[in-house]
Amino acid sequence: MRPAIAALLLLLSGPALAVLPDEMLADPALEARARNLSKELRCVVCQNQSIDDSDAPLARDLRIVVREQLRMGRTDAQTLDYVSARYGDFVLLKPPFKPATWALWAGPFLLLGAGAAGLAFWRRRPAAGAGAPAGDAPLTPAEAASLADLSAPDLTPHSLTGPPQPR
Amino acid sequence: MKRLLFLLPVLAFAGLIAVFGVGLTHDPKLLPSQLIDRPLPEFALPGIEAVPGGGPGFASAAIRGEPALLNVFASWCAACPQEHPVLTQIAAEGVPVYGLAWKDKPSDSRGWLERWGNPYTAVAADEAGRTAIDLGVTGVPETFIVDKRGRVRYKQIGPISPQVWEATIKPLMAQLSAEA
Repeated sequence: MRPAIAALLLLLSGPALAVLPDEMLADPALEARARNLSKELRCVVCQNQSIDDSDAPLARDLRIVVREQLRMGRTDAQTLDYVSARYGDFVLLKPPFKPATWALWAGPFLLLGAGAAGLAFWRRRPAAGAGAPAGDAPLTPAEAASLADLSAPDLTPHSLTGPPQPR
Repeated sequence: MKRLLFLLPVLAFAGLIAVFGVGLTHDPKLLPSQLIDRPLPEFALPGIEAVPGGGPGFASAAIRGEPALLNVFASWCAACPQEHPVLTQIAAEGVPVYGLAWKDKPSDSRGWLERWGNPYTAVAADEAGRTAIDLGVTGVPETFIVDKRGRVRYKQIGPISPQVWEATIKPLMAQLSAEA
């Protein structure tokens, strides 16, 4: 019974927060904005985590920077700009849409379009041939004779296997 | 024509593999600096003397007039002792090397320099790490090459090896010295 309760409690526990209480802002609305922005900023030390997730000291510093900017009355966009001006677009987990990233954003749609065009092309191609498909044309007399010959039982003496031999 | 069309997916796949192959040669840990060809962000930091804020330290404006190195180090940095002899040699060649002690207690930085020797023209303590954030520092050691006009021209991520110094930074310093 005890292990079951322990397992249940483990299931109920939430993930540990990297954000420490001393970093948090008193204003819940501002703090919520800070949390959202932190989730969009990549930790440059452990690169597949956001600064909201990361325990790295530099991530903590950046969380504090984000909160400072917000307290100074900066907008979300200005705060993200402040960080990306120092660390580059790489820190933005959502890359901005600009000439250098056009291929990145448009790529999937271009590929989808190319695939759809290819599919349409391949499906239309047989219809583009002259007249009905060859399979529906009536057989020529020569073809009919050849078919009859092939489907007739092979009883000719020169057959390579020969007639069945009594054992 | 039909055969060429058949080759199209194969070519597309080969292209994709080529892109991935090139991608494998890039180290994602090496973030290009946003400061290249831009002035060093302004800072004025205390030194690492015993009295907090009482040491000489230096300000960003001090790095001007001749090409210099701004080296970010820390007493807790594992690769810094490896780089240290190279910095000592660079300083001995007459290049000003400024030290920025990142997220380090001044007493620890001082102890570290007493142990390994001090190649720095001046050392500033960035205990809070805010100047390092303005510089876009992601780890230690990192070194900024600053030209005569106080603009960042190059950033070395990781220790300066003797090879990096001879092949990359030394020629760059000569070029920067020749600039007006």
